[in-house]
Amino acid sequence: MSLDFLLEIGTEEIPHWMIPGAKEQLAKLDLFGASPLVDATPRRLVVRGSNLPERTPDTQQIIKGPPVAGGDKAREGFAKKNGVALDHVVKDETGKYWVLAKHTPGRMVSDILAETLPGFILGIQWPKAMYWAGGKTGPRFIRPIRWLVALLGGQVIPFEVARVQSGNLTRGHRKLGKASIPVTIENYEGDLKQNFVILSSDDRREKIVKEVEALGAKHDDDLVETLTYITEFPAAIRGDFDPSYLKLPAEVLITVMRHHQKYFAVESAPGVLANHFVAVMNIPSDPDGLVKKGNERVLRARFNDARFFWDVDQHKTLADRVEDLKAVTFQAKLGSYYEKTQRVVQLVKDLGGDEHAQRAALLAKCDLTCEMVKEFTDLQGVVGGLYAKAQGEGEAVAAAIYEHYKPLSMEDSIPSTPSGQIVALADKLDTLRGCFAIGLIPSGSKDPFALRRAAQGVIKILAEAGLGYKLDQLASGELLEFLKDRIQYYFREIQHFKYDEINAVLASGVTTVPDIEARLTAVQAVRPTEDFEPLAASFKRIRNILKQANFTASDGLDPKLLEAGPEQELHQAFESVRAQIKGASYEDALSRVASLRPQVDLFFDKVLVNAKDPSVRANRLTLLSGLLTEFSTIADFSEIVTTKEDAHNA
Amino acid sequence: MDSFQDIVFKLKKYWSDRGAIIQEPYDIEVGAGTMCPETFLRVLGPNPYKVAYVQPSRRPADGRYGENPNRLYKHQQLQVILKPTPDDVLEQYLGSLEAIGIDLTKHDLKFEEDNWESPTLGAWGVGWQVMLDGLEITQFTYFQQCGGVDLDLVPAEITYGLERLTAFLQGVESVFDIQWAPGFTYKDVRFADELQMSVFNFETANVNRLWRLLAEHEAECKELHAAYAKYPEKKRFPVLAAYEQVLKCSNLFNLLDARGAISVTERVGVIKRVRDLAVGTAKIWMDQQYSAESGVAEVA
Repeated sequence: MSLDFLLEIGTEEIPHWMIPGAKEQLAKLDLFGASPLVDATPRRLVVRGSNLPERTPDTQQIIKGPPVAGGDKAREGFAKKNGVALDHVVKDETGKYWVLAKHTPGRMVSDILAETLPGFILGIQWPKAMYWAGGKTGPRFIRPIRWLVALLGGQVIPFEVARVQSGNLTRGHRKLGKASIPVTIENYEGDLKQNFVILSSDDRREKIVKEVEALGAKHDDDLVETLTYITEFPAAIRGDFDPSYLKLPAEVLITVMRHHQKYFAVESAPGVLANHFVAVMNIPSDPDGLVKKGNERVLRARFNDARFFWDVDQHKTLADRVEDLKAVTFQAKLGSYYEKTQRVVQLVKDLGGDEHAQRAALLAKCDLTCEMVKEFTDLQGVVGGLYAKAQGEGEAVAAAIYEHYKPLSMEDSIPSTPSGQIVALADKLDTLRGCFAIGLIPSGSKDPFALRRAAQGVIKILAEAGLGYKLDQLASGELLEFLKDRIQYYFREIQHFKYDEINAVLASGVTTVPDIEARLTAVQAVRPTEDFEPLAASFKRIRNILKQANFTASDGLDPKLLEAGPEQELHQAFESVRAQIKGASYEDALSRVASLRPQVDLFFDKVLVNAKDPSVRANRLTLLSGLLTEFSTIADFSEIVTTKEDAHNA
Repeated sequence: MDSFQDIVFKLKKYWSDRGAIIQEPYDIEVGAGTMCPETFLRVLGPNPYKVAYVQPSRRPADGRYGENPNRLYKHQQLQVILKPTPDDVLEQYLGSLEAIGIDLTKHDLKFEEDNWESPTLGAWGVGWQVMLDGLEITQFTYFQQCGGVDLDLVPAEITYGLERLTAFLQGVESVFDIQWAPGFTYKDVRFADELQMSVFNFETANVNRLWRLLAEHEAECKELHAAYAKYPEKKRFPVLAAYEQVLKCSNLFNLLDARGAISVTERVGVIKRVRDLAVGTAKIWMDQQYSAESGVAEVA
């Protein structure tokens, strides 16, 4: 007989952003071969399964006992120890040992689940858990557990978690549904629906998307996801606001709607806001327009605030606020934003930033003293840029301030203007230098100052703006190593270069980011040619030979000591390629180096490096060393993992 | 239409009917209802407690001379503490909204994560901001720690923003248009307070004297702390007086902050001074609660 299974953990409202992570963990519930079907709303985490066995199968285990040679006493002792009658202890197939077959009967799955579910439920990991009953010794969960439904077939699986006894009673929507609903597995989802709970997050998401699109909402996946997990029965409504608020910058209006009120913006044309918004409620409809009216009033107050902040902020220009930055802490040991500003301005000068960039650097942090940014912190930089423009600072300065926090993530674009790029670069670099200097270095998951993001931003700007600053002049020591990590990450994860190509290029020199990219592109282009990987293998061999010989070239090569045949041929080819690659493009140069393969192969085939004559031997090592040094300036071939090695490693 | 005071009456009656003590506001300046001893100290220790009170809460830096329709130097909170938290706490809370005339079948109610932390009080908790038709009307917090002490009986703290709630119910745009009592608006009752205290907080408060007062109250508090260990009869020890000094210091800090008198380097240090006083006081209170000699724990 097979049975269906239902577990519903009824809780108080779970933070929306934690629910997907909890679902992943719920999907790991062991259902005796059945695959768990997971659902969730803010108030319930649900696992269902079909066709679970009623009981686990019986098992038999052979236990080896003492040798037969040990006599009857040993046999009796073995039987007694295992609590079986003497005739259950028999000889094994060799006839040398006593064995017994231990029979373990299967168990009722319901009994097993009753034992394991409490631990499973409380074992769910949350980013920030709480305790509520029994203080620190009590259970921990994301929010209090208030009811539990646990059914196997038609029966309740009995257990208790956090003083809540499992049963067959669920609860509907907080206000529209019944507070206590007896359910069976078959009617569970339907009963919830009748009580204004859409169990499936996919169904809620689909309903939200359909309804907000019908009302003209601007596409916003993140907001859809948030609202999917903040509602049990979502429905969209459209509200309006006075068109006069459209005079405020769209950035401000959108931030208020999206981040503070979780509303979708509505556009009348691409990039042009309309005086509407779309809200998603946790009830099916708003027949009297009460919810619409309420939301409109809230939005009006918020927009009024924004207008008030805008007006107040204009009483003092950004330029007049530079001194005020002395009162804004950047970091306790690194001083105020005023001090940071002074450093960044200097750094922008050192990096060759023009007057616009320098002016932008001076004013970039001034919006931190403005009311608008104190209220809408997400808009730092953006507000400064808008104010700079309104205060006649000029387009280049305004744009640089506006974009100087970019890129905010690896997906975000870099600042669009040269001044913006330099200011953004200098700002991040200053933060990194300062924090590293006082030992605030990220480790593991600890990165309170988001230094990884800052460093990633530095690399992204350098790469995508093509800025040829030498990395060892931008940073040194631990910070340089940290930046190298980020370079690897950037080229591997964003530009999809192979890790060994990145290693090869970095091993031959950490120059500038655009140069690293050019060398990588060349390696990538030449790699598929047939000579490349075998040559890489030969270079690895050369490096090992030199390492084993503990060789450092002292004297120059003596052509007279070169043996006629493969050795002289290699030398000639070497000299000719060396001449050819002067001034050649990286790709061209690499192709030519790769063309040395026949001579290199022949050399290793026919010539003994470890010649008896020490001077010949030294001369050969000098030849190889010259080859390695000369042709490793673009990429260190010996870092390339060849196909053969890959196969071997696999 | 219910007036401001009608709403207060109804909420107090509602919680009184559910067994809460109805307290009057604490008579020392606080920044939030949480800081009153009825919350800060009562959540500590082994004794259950239920209390509700309106607390005028001062935030000097938030003053806007009575010119901003939504910002106030002093606002009124209705604070409810339920220790330990009853299992149906959210149902009880929703009942209180219905008691003041909100039909929750016709409004959009959401619980959005909002965790609370007060570095100066060494306190934190998790909970939500309760959103009604997009308006934040309540802060709901399960206290986890207070005065640096983990709480054994986890209390629920429900803080209603009375001005917002009333403006919502009365359908007015500005808090100053709220009808406080028939014939009297919020502006009639409170505008002068907002205007004059903004002038004082931002313009005229004597900074040097504020610093001196801060030092005086701090000294008083520290002297008390130092005296506790050797104090012969623990239950007579005036830990409540020590806590009043903490509140004085906290308010003076807020005033100095509003005056722009606390420099970057000083700020962290001053917060720590206040926190040390709060944590020290909480420790003594806890000791007094658990001390057999004091007998306080047995009273409940």
